[in-house]
Amino acid sequence: MNNAESGTTYEIIDLCLLAGKIMLQNGAETYRVEDTMTRMAAALGFPGAHSYVTPTVIMFTTSRTEQPKLFRIEERTTDLQKVAEVNDISRCLSQRQITSAQARERLALVDDAAHAYPAWIQIMAAALAGGCFTIIFKGSVWDALPALFVSGLGYASVVYLQRLVQIKFFAELTASALIGLLSFLFVQAGIGAETDKIIIGSVMPLVPGLLITNAVRDLMAGHLISGLSKGAEAFLTAFAIGTGIGLVLSFVS
Amino acid sequence: MILQLITSFIASAMFCILFNTPRRTLLQCGISGMLGWLVYLLLDPHWKSVVATFFATVVVGVVSQIFARSFKIPVIIFSVGGIIPLVPGGLAYDAMRRFVEDDYTNALQAAVQALLLSGAIATGLVLSEVLGQMFRRSKS
Repeated sequence: MNNAESGTTYEIIDLCLLAGKIMLQNGAETYRVEDTMTRMAAALGFPGAHSYVTPTVIMFTTSRTEQPKLFRIEERTTDLQKVAEVNDISRCLSQRQITSAQARERLALVDDAAHAYPAWIQIMAAALAGGCFTIIFKGSVWDALPALFVSGLGYASVVYLQRLVQIKFFAELTASALIGLLSFLFVQAGIGAETDKIIIGSVMPLVPGLLITNAVRDLMAGHLISGLSKGAEAFLTAFAIGTGIGLVLSFVS
Repeated sequence: MILQLITSFIASAMFCILFNTPRRTLLQCGISGMLGWLVYLLLDPHWKSVVATFFATVVVGVVSQIFARSFKIPVIIFSVGGIIPLVPGGLAYDAMRRFVEDDYTNALQAAVQALLLSGAIATGLVLSEVLGQMFRRSKS
């Protein structure tokens, strides 16, 4: 496929940036974003493309002489369905199954698509996960029942608060304070035995365990900036949760 | 033990809903999570938890590679669900809470343990990726 067929250089850069943007916003690994962008560019006639990806910014250039283009990423969520779809589009493009115009159309659709699961299913999932984690951490079934409620409410409040206050740190702090308070009240009311077990199960949907692991993995792969910034994000989240729970427990006990 | 396996299966699958993985992969995510936790539970009494986590992650990684190959979907979708029970989220929270409560000795201990565990998970994932590449190269 030559350049005349696949649009101007500008359009190709734009297409690659869009793909990279969707992947990065929805939680793909750093190396996968870089890899996908350069592969797409190669398929469209720019084998020497370079990309530099960090959690907050994508830089992309098609050749040594071309000016690099920059894209800022402001919000990040985890939506692996979109990552899988972009991956699929890039594979089709590399195998010449679709043209760049078709790829752009499909990418725009993926970008606009709503989350795969409605909020209530996610909250139910968080509740079930929290209850199960209480048992995984060797809590009793009687502790899992209150954890079911507490983790559901905790996750719902973090989702709602994040819309309200825009600052993730405060949303997480308030939600975990709520989790601590509710767990304490449940145990006081005689439902559940160990406050600690209920709390640890309930905060699992909020804690950044995955971010920590991804940060270490990025560091190992040589993506030093990505690794450090993911580590900082994970630290802040863990700090917010620890502070929220610590605050409540120091008041009530 | 059975209860642990069932709960780890549900927890992994539910986390995959939180991460918006495609609906048809939920079962596989749960299975990889359950297998990882099974390996961890079997190894943990005999070795240190870092070693157990490492081997459990390798198993999760290999299973995810197989699933990813057969479904033509990025590995991350299956490995994310698989490592959820192993990830030291609880420890990270515990460390932070102890820092807030001025219990620095135990806080540092938990923080270092969490870091080592996530290092073990990352190493396990990278190793399984390398194994997958070697397998593919030997086949072609």
